[in-house]
Amino acid sequence: MAKSVTQEFVKGLWNEIPPFRLVLGLCPTLAVTKSVENGIGMGLATTFVLVCSNILVSMMRKVIPPKVRIAAFIIIIATFVTVVELVMQAFTYPLFLTLGIFIPLIVVNCIVLGRAEAFAYKNGIMASIADGLGMGVGFTISLASLGAVREVLGSGTLLGKPIFGAGFEPFSFLVEAPGAFVALGLMLCLMNLCGKK
Amino acid sequence: MGDYIVLAISCILVKNILLSQYLGNCPFLGTSKKMETAVGMAMAVIFVLVLAGVITWLVEAYILKRFGLEYLRTISFILVIASLVQFVEMFLKKSMPALYAGLGIFLPLITTNCAVMGVCLININEEYTFMQSLVSSFAYAAGFGFALILFAGVRERILLARVPKPLQDTSIGLVTAGMLSLAFFAFKGMV
Repeated sequence: MAKSVTQEFVKGLWNEIPPFRLVLGLCPTLAVTKSVENGIGMGLATTFVLVCSNILVSMMRKVIPPKVRIAAFIIIIATFVTVVELVMQAFTYPLFLTLGIFIPLIVVNCIVLGRAEAFAYKNGIMASIADGLGMGVGFTISLASLGAVREVLGSGTLLGKPIFGAGFEPFSFLVEAPGAFVALGLMLCLMNLCGKK
Repeated sequence: MGDYIVLAISCILVKNILLSQYLGNCPFLGTSKKMETAVGMAMAVIFVLVLAGVITWLVEAYILKRFGLEYLRTISFILVIASLVQFVEMFLKKSMPALYAGLGIFLPLITTNCAVMGVCLININEEYTFMQSLVSSFAYAAGFGFALILFAGVRERILLARVPKPLQDTSIGLVTAGMLSLAFFAFKGMV
């Protein structure tokens, strides 16, 4: 194997950090990042699905015939999404309600399917775990940071606590749909600026 | 009848699937660089979404609810959508080669288009009747196509503009989508 496990993990954190570098999985990114808490919750749920599906796909990569691989991946992913859905409903009910249909929609999150197809189907279990974990953590960081920007500026709070004085007028534009697109676009621009140096 | 028209308008404009519900954004950015691909994608989505909306409603009502299997909704819906897309692809290839040539490459992409799955889930969550689901599926898909084609038009112009380097491509695309979304935001409260 050309790359070590650590390298596979680290690439998800900066070089290929989703959704900034790999423009995949935009829908949850835009929809749930009204606050940091939602962003982290969604990120962790996705990480779990990503790691588990990567493990299973990698384990079964010799058994799954190439022709039906996409269907097989989807079933594997859907199984883990159902697990996450039921667990969240049982233990974090308020978060389950806020995230709403975006939890079942992890099934169609292109990052998960993309990693199964592009990485786990071709690599061993350890590397796949590292890849899934790296991508998942990267995704969580992205969601949390975008959530932080939108929450701090859009509603003047961080993790639900007000951080500015009473005189602060929040840019409520940022917590609405248009603000989501603009904020993500500008963050991408910032990433490009930093990445160039 | 009036109710259906109101529902359709609210799904196309007020609750636009792309710009206010944040669903289906990957193909929105991916296929909007050229007008032709945008039109192809829009047509494919309308076609599949109406079928998927109807079939998943039937699956929910007659299979999942009946046997108390609601927890299998995610897995069964994605299977229905994936096999539907596959079936539509084979059917078109055999019987309507002209349409297949137009939609062909976009069809497989639709499986992972969260707009399709999202609308099916919305139909169930809102407890729509069969007719309402049919109308809303079509209207959401039409709203998707409408926004996608508008956006492609804007994006073709952006190609000619001088955009600062770090903002190029996806970044400026997202900011533009934000502006477009602002326009749709104005429809809020209309219905």
